[in-house]
Amino acid sequence: MATTTTTQGSEVQGHGAHADHGHAGHGRELQHHFETAQQQKEAATLGMWVFLVTELMLFGGIFMAYTVYRWAFPDIWAEAAHHLNTPLGALNTVVLLVSSLTVALAVNAAEEGRKQRLIRLLGVTMVLGVAFLGIKGYEYSEKFAHCAGYETPIAWATSGAPLGETECLVPGRAFVFPAAHGEAAADAHHEVTPGQSSPYQLFYLLYFIATGLHAVHMLIGLSIVGMLTFMAARGVFTSVYSTPVEIGGLYWHLIDIIWVFLFPLFYLVH
Amino acid sequence: MATTALPSRGYLEDDTPTVWAWIKSWLFTVDHKRIAILYLLAINFYFLLGGLAASVVRIELITPQGDLLSSDLYNRAFTLHGIIMVFFFLIPGIPAVLGNFLIPLMVGARDMAFPRLNLFSWYLYMIGGLFALSAAVFGGVDTGWTFYTPFSSTYSNSNVILTIAGAFVMGFSSIATGVNFIVTTHTMRAPGLTWFRLPLFVWSSYATSLIIVLATPVVGITLLLVAIERIWGVGIFDPALGGDPLLFQHLFWFYSHPAVYIMILPGFGVISELISTFSRKRIFGYEFIAFSSMAIAIIGFLVWGHHMFVSGQSVYSGLVFSFITMLVAIPSAIKVFNWTATLYKGSISYRTPMLYALGFIGLFVIGGLTGIFLGVVAIDIHVTDTYFVVAHFHYVMVGGTIMAYLGGIHFWWPKMTGRMYNEVWGGISALIIFVGFNMTFFPQFVLGYMGMPRRYHVYPQEFQVLHVLSSAGSTVLAIGFIIPLIYLTLSLWKGKLAGDNPWDATGLEWTVSSPPPAHNFDEIPVVTTEAYAYPPEAAERDAAAWRPGSPL
Amino acid sequence: MPDFPLFPEQASTFAGPIDALYGVLIALSLIFGGILPFIILYLMVRYHRSQKADRRNQPEGSLPLELTWTIIPLVLVLAVFFWGAFLYIDIRTPPARNLEIYVIGKQWMWHTQHSNGKRENNELHVPINQPVKLIMTSQDVIHSFYIPAFRVKQDVLPGRYTTMWFEATKTGEYHLFCAEYCGTEHARMVGRVVAMSLADYERWLTTPGEIILPDGSAGAGGSGSTLIPSIGDPMALAGAQLFTSLGCVGCHRDDGAGIGPSLVGLYNVETRMQDGSLVTADENYLRESILNPGAKTVAGYANVMPSYDGQLSEDQLNQLVAYIKSLSDSGSASTRLSNDQIAGVVADELK
Repeated sequence: MATTTTTQGSEVQGHGAHADHGHAGHGRELQHHFETAQQQKEAATLGMWVFLVTELMLFGGIFMAYTVYRWAFPDIWAEAAHHLNTPLGALNTVVLLVSSLTVALAVNAAEEGRKQRLIRLLGVTMVLGVAFLGIKGYEYSEKFAHCAGYETPIAWATSGAPLGETECLVPGRAFVFPAAHGEAAADAHHEVTPGQSSPYQLFYLLYFIATGLHAVHMLIGLSIVGMLTFMAARGVFTSVYSTPVEIGGLYWHLIDIIWVFLFPLFYLVH
Repeated sequence: MATTALPSRGYLEDDTPTVWAWIKSWLFTVDHKRIAILYLLAINFYFLLGGLAASVVRIELITPQGDLLSSDLYNRAFTLHGIIMVFFFLIPGIPAVLGNFLIPLMVGARDMAFPRLNLFSWYLYMIGGLFALSAAVFGGVDTGWTFYTPFSSTYSNSNVILTIAGAFVMGFSSIATGVNFIVTTHTMRAPGLTWFRLPLFVWSSYATSLIIVLATPVVGITLLLVAIERIWGVGIFDPALGGDPLLFQHLFWFYSHPAVYIMILPGFGVISELISTFSRKRIFGYEFIAFSSMAIAIIGFLVWGHHMFVSGQSVYSGLVFSFITMLVAIPSAIKVFNWTATLYKGSISYRTPMLYALGFIGLFVIGGLTGIFLGVVAIDIHVTDTYFVVAHFHYVMVGGTIMAYLGGIHFWWPKMTGRMYNEVWGGISALIIFVGFNMTFFPQFVLGYMGMPRRYHVYPQEFQVLHVLSSAGSTVLAIGFIIPLIYLTLSLWKGKLAGDNPWDATGLEWTVSSPPPAHNFDEIPVVTTEAYAYPPEAAERDAAAWRPGSPL
Repeated sequence: MPDFPLFPEQASTFAGPIDALYGVLIALSLIFGGILPFIILYLMVRYHRSQKADRRNQPEGSLPLELTWTIIPLVLVLAVFFWGAFLYIDIRTPPARNLEIYVIGKQWMWHTQHSNGKRENNELHVPINQPVKLIMTSQDVIHSFYIPAFRVKQDVLPGRYTTMWFEATKTGEYHLFCAEYCGTEHARMVGRVVAMSLADYERWLTTPGEIILPDGSAGAGGSGSTLIPSIGDPMALAGAQLFTSLGCVGCHRDDGAGIGPSLVGLYNVETRMQDGSLVTADENYLRESILNPGAKTVAGYANVMPSYDGQLSEDQLNQLVAYIKSLSDSGSASTRLSNDQIAGVVADELK
């Protein structure tokens, strides 16, 4: 994220000490310490790739925890996953995949120097990103509404239809996993009392941490794309200079790829 | 300010009209050299703070009854010492100070690839440091620097979250530095500066950066999980809540073992520079030293389980981790042998940085060899979590990293400040540190094999003699660390002007003025020779020029 | 001034071999770490700039030399590795017949219970020349059971069992330390290990003492004057009573005709699970199956057992495990109690 700002076209601020070093001959998007535009582009792209690796390792820790616990409690995890809203998750996957396409097209448009097309595609990407967050937010609020005892967030807001069974899948003291369906359901011991720790809660904790961290990345991604749109509107990018769009696009793809892993891991366990 | 004006306009000078503008010119600088100085000041502050905590610990351990500190205070003291030293001194130490200052100069660039990211990393470091400091001020933290769960996640009543926040933020500062080093080394090298012409310090910093970038995010997320578990009361690592305490140890050591190499690898790079310069000849086996750094970086990722031999992991994983640990000893041995061979037929001078370098080899050999003891599971079962381990990692971390850090500071001080320090005091302090260090930590090997567990402030009577010896040594060591602080500070005003290349060293950083100009190079240099390009007769000429009275 | 030893006492069968390996490592280190400094010192003096020496034909590198100092250390560390590995496997493989003692660690004390029910705090009495296996768990954080004189150490984890074994060779009192940092009074979580001859141990074992339960409360030492009640019930018997009072006996019938599998002869036997995997029914499996029955269900049985998580103390778990293990103890049939006998015992108690 910070890597993109360093390649921002306008001149570097706050280096009075460098004033004696001439800038003659540089394009205005070339920073003083690079020799050629080519070098600057290589640096920015490589920097982004290295940063993406660290991001993958960040999620890697969560995936590791996920793997360990799924291996320890395979049945419970399959059962817990049934209570996630899979259709919405699938819809979100589609939304993100389409946004990846629009970003790829935007990068292409930037390279060809087609300003209007670039702005339009970045705009569509942002709309899709916001849609993703909206759907995700609805999913979250559904879980919270269940804790409050309502069927849907709308019902919660309007004090509408209450939820039939007790269920609270937000980790914490109020956590209640609904009594298991099927064979074991009859047994009184099986019912999880509120707040009691259980592997079910672990599943939802990891779900909230992983998707929450992903949503934070999405917010960052949105602000990057927003900034790129602004820069594009001001005509910063030309067919010669479009590095920020390129590395911003890389970041967007990363968000996408992480979701492509998260979706099956959490929604499609069986 | 200066008794004699420094030649040319260095990066330290600027024409700011007011004090406020001067402060701003530092705090908003994007010059890698100024950022290095900012780091130097901050990191040395934390070093002194961590050293203070260590002194408290050593004073307490003079008597076996634990009469100076309560158990709570003692636990907070050693935790503070560990956290400050590991996260705020050893990990950022050499990369952030020497690496920031030198890498652009060494590769012939005007700055790091991402100067503002570089400044940002310093601010992250300061924020992380403030978190850790405030945790210490508002009651301290008592988990030990390893934050083992479920103690840290459920049972401890201290400022765990604040401290974790500090380590977490500091981690991102490391990542920013690592990204910068990798990209700078790849894309900013001067024309003609091929990979095998790079100074070994750049190689080792590159290897370090790879580890930083790959391992730091994992500890970041791990510590985040501990914090979430504390806040939410949901078991990730606490078995009483359904979690697995060993998962924490795996994730933690997956970072923290490579972190040991983050601390020591840059030290290897510094020592390679020093040995070559003060022998006046090309380093012996350049490629082997370079590749052994990379080998350490890679194998270092596969040995984390050797911290967990008695934690309940299976016999098979114990054997596998033990085996790989044996292998990681080899590249370190290769380095030591190559340094020794570099001395052969050189023209050796005992200048202050060289004394640190020689001290480093001696201490690191002991640290490395005792690492093999610990890698053998049968012995590790007896000595793990005892003072044997404490002694071992202090030999590597203090005897290795700090000796290299001080050696590097003494070597590049004339370049950083343009002035020379008092070399008589330099030699004396190097000697004091070497002696004091061995006095402090050698007895701890014996203590550990005798069975003295670590993190105890009351202990059986029979261990007292060795503890007293160790505490006595630590006073000597403390004096050894304070002397350089004094004469280096004095040198800023009183020191002789150093000149561009006071040590007759090779390397691009010595071709620019001391201190270097703000933009480093007027013209980007074209490199046509390898690093350490001393002509074959350099050593002979140097020895022939020696007269009684010239520096030893 | 106290005495000033450099080695801890050797009081177990491991101490000798480990010290021997340690000695060899020190010798090897002296060869490398001792000779190398002298080479460096020699070179420092010989090639100091003030010395006249032949500095022509400097070598820049030498593949044979590099290979030499790669291969020789490699061979040496591998030799050391294999030596250490075999020793390690020994340390981690308890002999089939051993004396089992249960250990519970808690902030900040050690609680041990012998098979006849006798309990101790911060002390461990063991016989010499007899393999002893400790089955350990923690009530709270991670601890580590460390007896330097025996050269053994094992972390004690909450939520699972870890085991460790040793054979003491010398009578005496030795340090017992907690080696894993466990909080405020970590340094005071110490005690002593008393190694005694087998006869003394047996006498000690049957001497009634104060019973202190791991929660710190003093147990009912005995209104009765008989020996057994004041020692407490043997662990297997206490487990058997739990087995009945919790109703386990209704499903886990000896003849295998119950809803659950028979537990007779189960311990330490590889058992086929529902998902087709083979699991050795060790202490940790038994523990897991009591607390989280659905995790690994035996093939042919439905997952209908309720979880006993939160309903049993560590102490009671130990007793249940000890009882289930006694069902496989064919060697000493006298201690083996069938379900019918238990029912009898319990019935007697209730009268």
